[in-house]
Amino acid sequence: MSKLVLKNVAKRYGAFEAVADFSLELAKGEFVSLLGPSGCGKTTTLRMIAGFMPPSSGSIEMDGKQISSASGVVPPEHRRMSMIFQSYAIWPNMTVGENVGFGLQIRKLSRAEIDRRVDKILDVVQMRNLKGRYPAELSGGQQQRVALARAIVVEPEVLLLDEPLSNLDANLREEMRFEIRRLHDEFKITTVYVTHDQSEAMVTSDRIVVMNKGKVEQIDAPHVLYGRPKSRFVAGFIGRTNFLEGALQGGEVRFDGFGAAAAALEGATGGGNLLYSLRPQAIGLSSEKPGGPGLAIEAEIVDRSYLGEYWDYQVRPQGGTKPLRVSTAPTVVFEVGSRVWLEIAPSAMVRVE
Amino acid sequence: MPVRPVRASRFDSSWLLWIAIIAVLLFLVVSPFVYLVITSFQTERTGEFTLANYATAYGRARYVDALVNSLKLGAVSALLASVFAVPLAWAVARTNMPGRGLTRMLVLATFITPPYTGAVAWILLAGPNAGWLNRFYMMATGAEAGPFNIYSFTGLAVVIALYSFPYIFIFTTAALELVSSEMEDAANILGAGPWRTMRKVTLPLALPAILGGMIICFLEAIALFGSPALIAIPARFNVVTTQLFQFFGNPVRVEVAAAYAMPLLGVTILLVLVQRLIVRRKGFVALTGKGGERRPILLGRWRWVVFGYAMFVAALAVFLPYIFLIHSAFAKAWGRGFLLDNITIANFRFILFEHATAAQSVINSFVYGGISATIAVFLTLGVAYIVARRLIPFGGVLGFLCVAPFVIPGVVLAIGFYAAYAPPPLALYGTALIMILAFTTRFLPVGYVNASAAINSLNPEMEEAVRVLGGSRLTALRRVVAPLLKRNMMGAWLLIFIPATRELSAAIFLYGPNTKVASVMIFDMSEEGNFERLAALALVLQVLTLPLLWIGQKALGRDFMLRRNAT
Repeated sequence: MSKLVLKNVAKRYGAFEAVADFSLELAKGEFVSLLGPSGCGKTTTLRMIAGFMPPSSGSIEMDGKQISSASGVVPPEHRRMSMIFQSYAIWPNMTVGENVGFGLQIRKLSRAEIDRRVDKILDVVQMRNLKGRYPAELSGGQQQRVALARAIVVEPEVLLLDEPLSNLDANLREEMRFEIRRLHDEFKITTVYVTHDQSEAMVTSDRIVVMNKGKVEQIDAPHVLYGRPKSRFVAGFIGRTNFLEGALQGGEVRFDGFGAAAAALEGATGGGNLLYSLRPQAIGLSSEKPGGPGLAIEAEIVDRSYLGEYWDYQVRPQGGTKPLRVSTAPTVVFEVGSRVWLEIAPSAMVRVE
Repeated sequence: MPVRPVRASRFDSSWLLWIAIIAVLLFLVVSPFVYLVITSFQTERTGEFTLANYATAYGRARYVDALVNSLKLGAVSALLASVFAVPLAWAVARTNMPGRGLTRMLVLATFITPPYTGAVAWILLAGPNAGWLNRFYMMATGAEAGPFNIYSFTGLAVVIALYSFPYIFIFTTAALELVSSEMEDAANILGAGPWRTMRKVTLPLALPAILGGMIICFLEAIALFGSPALIAIPARFNVVTTQLFQFFGNPVRVEVAAAYAMPLLGVTILLVLVQRLIVRRKGFVALTGKGGERRPILLGRWRWVVFGYAMFVAALAVFLPYIFLIHSAFAKAWGRGFLLDNITIANFRFILFEHATAAQSVINSFVYGGISATIAVFLTLGVAYIVARRLIPFGGVLGFLCVAPFVIPGVVLAIGFYAAYAPPPLALYGTALIMILAFTTRFLPVGYVNASAAINSLNPEMEEAVRVLGGSRLTALRRVVAPLLKRNMMGAWLLIFIPATRELSAAIFLYGPNTKVASVMIFDMSEEGNFERLAALALVLQVLTLPLLWIGQKALGRDFMLRRNAT
């Protein structure tokens, strides 16, 4: 049975639709991210799951029981969930130990049991030695660990995270992503994670819900989202990509400066414009004409930037107007203006709406 | 898991709370105001509609003169106060003048001196013949008479300015502390010298704040009762507040007083709006001044000149008044001067143990002030929380009612309270309750401004974290909100309590034989001409305030009374 089910959930403020027709089922122990730009409705969705706001329509169920609908909500304090907030919301008037033990105290556990569990979870997040400190004496990363410990120690039915890493600096952010995934692997808590950072979502999640302007664009595992984006928005939001516009002419789709056999491309049917997404690293670059089965296109290097881990080339097919972005290993060096060949496997071109 | 239906929860509990709070605010704020207006149009006893009260109130030249006097007094006092305050504020905030901390402390000492205590001290200093300044002058020059006469329009304006200039000081330092040195550097690099820079850049940036402070001084001057009563009445001229007091004398003509209070109320409302407009619209300093570093302006040899001016102002407001207040309090007769055989503690013994009501009046002041401050702090905290968390629809109305008393001068508020609650069925006149309620209402705005600033500084996620872990809203309030706001609440309590213990302009209209407070007692003694005992009582009141001040400074920082949200 699914742990958490959202059925056609919507949130409206007057005429403005913050979340529209959102449906999602989480399996027990699953880690799902809500990913999208700010204002896409992801935090609103999370707060509806937490019970801080009622949905305008639709319903939310946990373990088969309805906990939210337009006519009534179980208040947050009775949902047995826990949440990590953007600001961490560590209480500055309580020590680390008191913060972490708070939820257990509310659950009326014995003093000794609280102590035991608090010590154990503080060991897990490597904060045991700071148990008696006040939050003002902690660094941002340490506060984040306290927030994690406080949320996990109560063994919640569902763990909710609202952009928990957005206030950390870049290095720490990267470290904490793995920490969050590690804790999930250890405790197997059903988790909903809200973020606008695609790499955060990709590192942590089993599945990602990409949202835009209140609507769900696509729900899939990270590698599927990247490899098989369904919409222009998803293709553009997850990683970098080239958008290629083409039109069917006879048995061939004509793109800007080159063509491909319609039979080799997915979804190459019907009239009008056909839009394809092609990742920069799916394009081969060489000085000789490649002999493989893919498309071989003569082109010119227009511009280039060196980013350490890879070269980012702007390459214009002969007879074309717009350059394509191509990523190559740092050892593949071409001067601006030189003649090159592009190699494109038609199967790497993904039809998007 | 109890499912709480959404609509029902919006209705029952929160609406009850809203109704309860609005009822309290109606009682404290709206009803006195409404009664004030209604009463001004009513015939005495019968209650019929009439315009006769207005005809009486403005029917005599002397009544109209009092109005004009008040406006003139306000303008002159505000100008004088800015002459005292602006150089001091600039020197403290932006220069390397020596003794900046000392100057701040002396401004604080001025600020906590009740205006009537200052007025009494200045009667000792500049009374026409016996005043000490005149006597020193005569001794030094051998002249027949001294040049100073406190019992004059100028005397009154100076005394009021001396004890209201801290308002301008607070506003101006707050603004100047936000002007970054880079703005001044920019003028320097384009060729402007230090004086020109000050005139063309720094001062204009601080001007809205200075004007804002001057308006507050103006309003303070026209609403003040104590100093005019002590000085204007013997000088044989009237201002609005003293005239209102006469309408309240035997027999009480509350209808005429209400009608006569209208211009005071109107001017205050108008000027508060103007003040808000100036400070808000031209408040660009606060927006752009952030971040840039501030270097003190090096004054060179001028620093001692500026320091001299600061000490001159301090001498007028603090040193001289307190020296002669203390002298009188310990003197058998204040006119006899600094002689050993003139020293006695009999005055203190008299007011503390022998006088029938003096000691009780001090206790009353502290009890009423304490209860008022407590009610005001909790009420405004509740309202501010409800408004900030949007717990109920139209919460903003409650917030507005809490700050509205700011535009009602104490004298006018007292007349409103009298009109609303002196007659049956409540018949509260002369009770402790009416004093406490009036004080509470007077200081609601101070409480609300502090409470809402405190609550807005709390991230709501702190409370949400409690709830998601299984605690109720009440648990969140008890375990997180209350502990975090403890200091702020204590600060707000002191900011209300300290001025409430010396409140005079509302108390003088509402006290009864058993509810006399210390300020009223001091006023009574001045009418008897008992300056030695009066000085002793005024000093007792000041000394009792010191520990509170000390607690406030420990808990909230040294300048807790001189911050802008305190006013």
